[in-house]
Amino acid sequence: MGFLNTVWTIARKDLVIEARSRELAYTTLFFSVSVVLVFSFSFVVEGVALTDAAAGILWVSIAFAGTLALGRTFERERQSDTLKALLLSPVERPAIYIGKLVGVLLLMLVVEAVVTPVVGLLFQAPLDRAPLLLVGLLVTGTLGFAGVGTLFAAMLIRAQSRDVLLPVLLYPITVPLVIAGVRGTAAIFAAEPNLAVAQAWLSMLVFFDAVFLTLALWVFGPVMGE
Amino acid sequence: MQSRSILVPVLLFVAAVMFLRAPFMIDAAPYESTMGLIQRIFYFHVPSAMVMFLSALVCGVASAVYLAKRSPRADAVAVSAAELVVVFGLIVLVTGPIWARKAWGIWWQWDARLTSALVLWLIFVSYLLLRRFAGAGSEMLAAAVGVFGMANVPFVYWSVNVWRTIHPNTNVVASLIPEMRVPFYWCTAAFLLLYAALLLTRLRLEGSRMQLEAAYAELED
Repeated sequence: MGFLNTVWTIARKDLVIEARSRELAYTTLFFSVSVVLVFSFSFVVEGVALTDAAAGILWVSIAFAGTLALGRTFERERQSDTLKALLLSPVERPAIYIGKLVGVLLLMLVVEAVVTPVVGLLFQAPLDRAPLLLVGLLVTGTLGFAGVGTLFAAMLIRAQSRDVLLPVLLYPITVPLVIAGVRGTAAIFAAEPNLAVAQAWLSMLVFFDAVFLTLALWVFGPVMGE
Repeated sequence: MQSRSILVPVLLFVAAVMFLRAPFMIDAAPYESTMGLIQRIFYFHVPSAMVMFLSALVCGVASAVYLAKRSPRADAVAVSAAELVVVFGLIVLVTGPIWARKAWGIWWQWDARLTSALVLWLIFVSYLLLRRFAGAGSEMLAAAVGVFGMANVPFVYWSVNVWRTIHPNTNVVASLIPEMRVPFYWCTAAFLLLYAALLLTRLRLEGSRMQLEAAYAELED
């Protein structure tokens, strides 16, 4: 089997499981909407949202929901001991990593496709001002977050207290991604938009993604046991 | 083993003498015109920050070596260095706000250097939490965090830097007048010696722990 074939087989497996149960999609989606709701209590003063609140709330809810999705995806593999089977199968480690990453990424993007309009609606964020740029920021930011997250969630699968260790490890390390995502999105949503700034943050996100994914690909083999 | 057991006390002794001398040198240095007395915290704050970043680098490199070669020695260096990042980082994060309270009028600013130091410190706290609570096999996982932690230092710094900066930059050291520079370098040397002594001591402890574990394992076989 070719590399891409293996990646697709692994990703499709996760997507088929998800399409049948819809457990993760529904729970993460409603979780992220509740996060938006909780934040609105602190960042809406007298009916008006604080400056840049929409961008921050959007990214925080994505990060929270992503952590939840990552944890659950790998919990599924642990419960039925299928990660071991996956690791024993005669495929390259990077293919397994990328396969799992594609599954998580698609799930997170589906959630974002719903949460972003919700945030736009509730906080009067101009989603149509630079739609391509916004999508670019969301996709690259999510790719980096899911890339680091897939590595950590996979390696924590055999660890104790993994539920709490995942966010503890993930949030400080993904700080550059979140800053770039929030600042880029805020530059688009601002009353006086600055699209050049948003573009600069987007190119930074692409750079972060390249570095984080390369590192994750290199680290994944040794940590999962060769 | 013999040479190491002499080296550590010597390093500690020299560092102790230097630390005892340091307050007198700092006292003799001239007052900074705008900040006055509070500027003197700089002589301890900056060297501990330098040691913190150095230690993060040591941990990252050792983690990468451990991932590639699986040498237990590299792992011992990584865990010892990570603990010292947290210790020296605590010194930085305590002395910084004390200075900021006087110089800026507030305890904390979401400034580039402050935020990146805090994020770095949190990464290494999470490294230690992982080693403490993840159970068997956490060395490998921690090594991954160590590598990411080190690789992250410039990014965190860079991204926060674009975001905002009001902290005095590193040119401050070069712009110091000689009467201030001497105590500063003195303190930096003292902190580096202390760091070397602590790292070696912690490594010896880790070595003994590994020997003990091996002895237990042998007993059980």
